[in-house]
Amino acid sequence: MRDQTLRLPLAAAGAATERPITIAIVAMGGQGGGVLSGWIVQLAEDAGWVAQSTSVPGVAQRTGATIYYVEMMPPANGQRPILAQMPTPGDVDIVLASEFMEAGRSILRGIVTPDRTTLIASNHRSLAISEKSAPGGGIADSGAVVEAIGVTARQQIIFNMDELAVRNGSVISSALFGALSGSGALPFSREDYHAVIKRDGKGVAASLKTFDAAFDRVTNPPPPVVLENVPAKQVAPAAADPRFAALLTSLRESLPEAAWPMAEAGLRKVVDYQDERYGWEYLEILGHVQSIDRLAGGEAHHYAFTENAAKYLANAMTYDDVIRVADLKTRAARRARIAREVGAGPQHILGTTEFMHPRMEEIAGMLPAGFARWLKSRQGLYGWLDRKVNKGRRVRTYSPGWFLVLYVLGGMQWLRRGSLRHAEEVAHREEWLRCAYDLVGSNYDLGVEVLKCHRLIKGYSDTHARGLSKFDKVMAEIRRIAPRFDAAVWARRLRETAIKDGEGGDLDGLIRTLHTLD
Amino acid sequence: MAERSFAKEVEHLRLGDGEVFRGEAILAITKGLLQAGVSYVGGYQGSPISHLMDVLADAKDILGELGVNFQSSANEATAAAMLSASVMYPLRGAVAWKSTVGTNVASDALANLASGGVTGGTLVIIGEDYGEGSSIMQERTHAFAMKSQMWLLDPRPDHTCIVDLIAKGFELSEASNTPVMLEVRVRTCHMHGHFIAKDNVRPAFGLDDALNAPKRDLGRIVLPPAAYEHEQEKIARRLPAAIDFIRRNKLNEWFGPADGRVGIILQGGMYNNVIRALQYLGLSDAYGNTQIPLYVMNVTYPLIDSEVADFAQGKDAVLIVEEGQPDYLEQALNTVLRRRDIQTPLHGKDVLPMAGDYTIHAIMKGVQGFLDKRAPQLLGNRPPVPDATPVLADPKVVHLKSVVPPRPPGLCTGCPERPIFAAMKLVQQELGDHHVSADIGCHLFSILPPFNIGNTTMGFGLGAASSAAFSQSGGKRSIAVMGDGGFWHNGLTSGIGNAVFNKHDGVFLIVDNFYSSATGGQDILSSRALNKHRKTNNPISKAVAGVGATWVREVDRTYDVGRMRAVLKEALTTKEEGPKIIIASSECMLNRQRREKPLVAKAIKGGKRVVKERFGVDEDVCTGDHACIRLSGCPSLSVKQLDDPLRDDPVAAIDNSCVACGNCGEVSEAAALCPSFYRAEVVHNPTGWDRFKAKLSMALIGFLQQRRDRRRIVAEAA
Repeated sequence: MRDQTLRLPLAAAGAATERPITIAIVAMGGQGGGVLSGWIVQLAEDAGWVAQSTSVPGVAQRTGATIYYVEMMPPANGQRPILAQMPTPGDVDIVLASEFMEAGRSILRGIVTPDRTTLIASNHRSLAISEKSAPGGGIADSGAVVEAIGVTARQQIIFNMDELAVRNGSVISSALFGALSGSGALPFSREDYHAVIKRDGKGVAASLKTFDAAFDRVTNPPPPVVLENVPAKQVAPAAADPRFAALLTSLRESLPEAAWPMAEAGLRKVVDYQDERYGWEYLEILGHVQSIDRLAGGEAHHYAFTENAAKYLANAMTYDDVIRVADLKTRAARRARIAREVGAGPQHILGTTEFMHPRMEEIAGMLPAGFARWLKSRQGLYGWLDRKVNKGRRVRTYSPGWFLVLYVLGGMQWLRRGSLRHAEEVAHREEWLRCAYDLVGSNYDLGVEVLKCHRLIKGYSDTHARGLSKFDKVMAEIRRIAPRFDAAVWARRLRETAIKDGEGGDLDGLIRTLHTLD
Repeated sequence: MAERSFAKEVEHLRLGDGEVFRGEAILAITKGLLQAGVSYVGGYQGSPISHLMDVLADAKDILGELGVNFQSSANEATAAAMLSASVMYPLRGAVAWKSTVGTNVASDALANLASGGVTGGTLVIIGEDYGEGSSIMQERTHAFAMKSQMWLLDPRPDHTCIVDLIAKGFELSEASNTPVMLEVRVRTCHMHGHFIAKDNVRPAFGLDDALNAPKRDLGRIVLPPAAYEHEQEKIARRLPAAIDFIRRNKLNEWFGPADGRVGIILQGGMYNNVIRALQYLGLSDAYGNTQIPLYVMNVTYPLIDSEVADFAQGKDAVLIVEEGQPDYLEQALNTVLRRRDIQTPLHGKDVLPMAGDYTIHAIMKGVQGFLDKRAPQLLGNRPPVPDATPVLADPKVVHLKSVVPPRPPGLCTGCPERPIFAAMKLVQQELGDHHVSADIGCHLFSILPPFNIGNTTMGFGLGAASSAAFSQSGGKRSIAVMGDGGFWHNGLTSGIGNAVFNKHDGVFLIVDNFYSSATGGQDILSSRALNKHRKTNNPISKAVAGVGATWVREVDRTYDVGRMRAVLKEALTTKEEGPKIIIASSECMLNRQRREKPLVAKAIKGGKRVVKERFGVDEDVCTGDHACIRLSGCPSLSVKQLDDPLRDDPVAAIDNSCVACGNCGEVSEAAALCPSFYRAEVVHNPTGWDRFKAKLSMALIGFLQQRRDRRRIVAEAA
C-alpha cells in the first residue's frame, strides 16, 4: 500500500508558509559580533517584529572563529513565530563577515548560496596563526575567496570595512551595520538603523559617522579601480645623484633589459649598505653572470639567471651585521617612520628602546679577519669575552650616550671589507655562484634554482646558523642529483621543504626519498 | 568581578509584574530564580552560565532586599553541598554550573542530597555545553539524573517556558522531596528573547529562621539503615509524587492534531529546530502550527509512562528526537511500550545520528527518513528543501577548502601567560622535550600552535594531579601546569598537597593571573583586587607553603622571559628533592586593560604626563624568518608583505592593538633572535624638563643624522 502512495502525484501536505529572515554573522572573537547581533535584534523589535539571536562563544571568544545567528519575523494573528537556533546550509538570507577568510569559511559552511544569500564582507585580512608562523610566505590567497564568492553569493557587498571604520574613528561592527542598511536586504529605513545606534549610548557619534560612510559606500559605489601594471621604481640616470648615475649607466650598458629593474633595486641596496665601490663590485659580478647567462642561451629564458642573480647577490652582499643594524636604527627616516606609526606629533616626546642581544660572535665578525681568528683560537679568552658581551641589552636609542654608540658603530663601514665576517661571506658567496655557473650551462633551470637557494639564509644568530646548515644540505643534494633530467624540479622541492623544515617540512625525509630514487 | 560592571543587567532583575524582560535566556533564568522566592544561590562560573554568576555578584542590593545569600562557590562540589540547607528547612536554593564537567565534580554531594531527599525546593541549573562551540568532552547530564534519581527538566527554548519551569521546578522538588535539574543548552543560554516579568519574592521562611530553630532527622542522613530506606522511598513515594505533579501541572506539552497517524516525541530543547525541520518538509508553518502531533518532553526524567503510552497508542509509528548518546530516552520508551504491549513501532537513532549536534539539517533528514518508512504520503510532492551540496561541490568552493586557514582560539594580546610558554619552549630547546601535564583554563591554549606544549589534560585543577604517576621517575622531570582558578578549585589539595606528601620530584607551574580568567575574570582567593564583599589577597605562595612545599619560586613579572627561563631551568635541574613549585604571576591583560585604558585616556585628556608605549618592528632589520612569531602567537604581531622586489618573504609587523606587554622584545632578547624589535615610548603632556632634555638630545642627534645623510649616496638627487 505504502509503496503505491509514494508514487502518487500528491501536492505538498501543507504550504511551506513564509519563513523568517535569517542572518549569520561570522567573526573572530573580540570583533564585536555580539554588539552587531544585538543591534540587528533591536532593529527588528523596534519594528514590532519578533527577533531571536543565538551564539556559541565558548572558547572561540579568544580570537578564534565564531558565529552569531539572528532570525526575525513579524507575528501574525497573535501568533509568534518559532525561530531556529542555528543556521541551516542553503537557507541563510544575509551573511555578515568581519574578515575576508571568515567570509571564505562561511562559504565552506554552505550558508552562502546563489538562490538567497546577500554576502556583506570586509575584505581586509587578519592573519591566522598558521599564516603568520609559517617560515617563508604562508599568507592564504584571498583570490580564492573572491572566486568562490562569485559562484555562491546572490548579491555581494565587499570592501575594506575595517579601514573605513578606523578612518571614521569607530569599529567594524558600525561599518557592517551601515553596509547592511545600504544593501537594502532588510525592510527597514536608514533612520531605523540610526535610532538603534543612538540608543546604544556608547561612542554614538563615531558609530553614526562610520555607519553613514559605509551606507554611502554601498549605495554609491566608487568606480572600479583598473589595475595597471605598476612599473618597478626606476630612475633615469640623468635624475640621479652623479655618483649613482655612473653606476646606473654602466648597469644599463652591461645588463640585458629584462634584468634592469631587479638589478637597479639590488644596486640601490648594496650602495646604501656600503659605498659606491661596493656598487661597482656588484655590477662587475653581474657582468660576469650575464656573460655566462648568454652562453647558456639565457635569451630564450628572458635572462632569468641574470635577474635572479641580481636579486640574490644583492641580498648576499648586504648580510646583516652590527654595522648594518646600527646604521638602520640611527637614520632620520627611521625615526620619522616610527613617529608616523605610533601617531607621535610635535606635542609629544618620542623615545625608543631596542632589545638587543649581542654575542662575541658578532663582535669578532666585525674585527679584522686575522685578529679575529687569533682571538677565536684563544678559547679561554674568547669565552671570557663572550661572557662579558653576551647578554640582553636595553638600548635607549635617542638618549645622547646610546645614540653616539650606535652612530659610531653604524659608521664603521670602513672596517667591514677587512673583517672576518666579510671574508666568510665572500667565500660563501663565491662558492654558491660557482655552483650556479657550473650547472647553468647544462641545465638552465637548475642554475636558476641554485641561485634561488640563497633565500634559505636569513635571520640572526641561531636562526642564521640553522639557515646556513639547511642551505649547505640542499646545495650538497643538488650537486648530487644534478645529472638528473628533472633535477630543477627536485631542487625547487628541496628548497621549499627546507624553508618549512621543522615546521611541517621534513628536509631529511625528502633527501632520504631522493636517495631511494637512484 | 573586579574589572567589569554588570549594572545594566542588574536593572533587569528589578523588573516588576507585567513588565517585559528582553535579553539573554541565562539572565531570564536569574530573574526567574528571584521570582520563585529563592533563599540562596551558589555555583561555579563557566560558559554558558558565567553570566548568571557575574550578574548576581553585582546585584548585592537586590539580593540584600530579598534576603538572598549568593556565593561564588569554591567549586561545583561546594555549590552542590550548599543545597543541604534545603534538606531540613523549607528553603528554596539554586546552584548553577557548566555541565557535564561541573556535575562530575558535584556528583558526590548530589548523590548524598538525592538519597536523603529535600524539604525545600532545590534546583540545579545545568549549562549543557554540548555540540558546536563546546569546550569540553561530549557527554550528557541525563545519566546523572538517572543514577541519583533527580528530575531533569529540558525546557523548550522559549523564555516564558523556561521561567515558568523554574517556578514549577521548585514546586516539583518540594512535592516529591527530590532535587531537580534544569538543563539549558549553550545556544539557549545565549538566546535573546523576552517574557512578561513578575515581582521578585522575598521568601517567607528565611535563612535566619532556619539557623534560629535548627532541625535534625536521622532518617535523612545517608547511613545504614536509612540509606536502604532512601532507595525504597525514591521508588515508592518520591517517583509517584513527581509523576503525579508533572501530569497534573502539564509540564510536558502536546502540539498539532490529536489524530495524526504518526507522531514525534522530542526533548523540549529540540523543539524550535524540529519545527524548522518540519517547515522545510512542508509539515508546519513558521508559527509552529504542525501537521504532525508532537509530544514535547519538558521533563526528560522521569518519563511519564501513561503520557507516552497514550501518545503512541493507535499510531502507525512514533519518532523520538533525542540529542546525544547513549539513547537513554529511546531505550526507556521501548521499555514503556513493551511492558504495555503496545505494538507501535518506535524510530529514533536508526534514522537520526547516534552522536553529535542535532542540527536542523540532521533533524530534517531524520524526520524525512522516518516518514519515508512510515507515512510517505505526508511528504507530498516533496518541495525542495534547503541544500548547499551543489554549491559546496563547485570546483571553486572545493579549492577554497585548501585555502582557508584554521583559526584556533589563542592567548589575548599582551597575555601574561605567553611569555611563560615562550620561556618553556626555549628551555625545551635547550634541555629537550619534557612531559607536560596541562590543565583547564586560558593556559591550555599552549597545546595549540605556535607553542604546542602539553601532553594531557585531565580536568579542572587536575594538572598537577595528572602528573602523579611520574613522581619517582629517574628520567627527565615532568612538568605540570595549573592556573590559579584550578588551584583554588581543588588543585591545592589534589595536586600540590598530593605531590608534597608523595615526594613528587617534578615541576609544578602555577599560572597566577589574578582572576579566574577563562570564565570571565571573576575574583578568587588570590585576586589582588580589593573586593568589599569577599576576602581576597590570599597569596598562593602561602597556601603551598602551608601544605609543606619547600622549593617555591615566585616570578612576579612573567614578561621577564629571561628570568622565567632561568627559574624553569633551575627547577628542572636542581638536586633538591620534592616538588619544585613555580608561581608565575602577572595580571590578566584583558582585565588590566579594562581598568587602565579609561584611566589613561582620562589622564591624557586632563593634561597629566602619561607615557604610552607600543612595540614595533624595524622592517629593514627584520629578515622575515618568523621565528619570533613561533615563540609568541600574539594577535597584534603579524606579518606584512613589503613592496620590495628583493624580498621573498613577508616581514613581522605590529599593529596598533599592541599593549606594550614587552613579550616580543623580551623573547627576541632572551632567544638572541634579532634586533628588529623596539619599544616606542610616547610622552603625552610632557613637562618642561622633558622638553628641555628632548630638545638637547635631538639637537645632537639631528646634527649627526644630517652629517651622515649628506655623505649617503641616494639614487634620487636631492
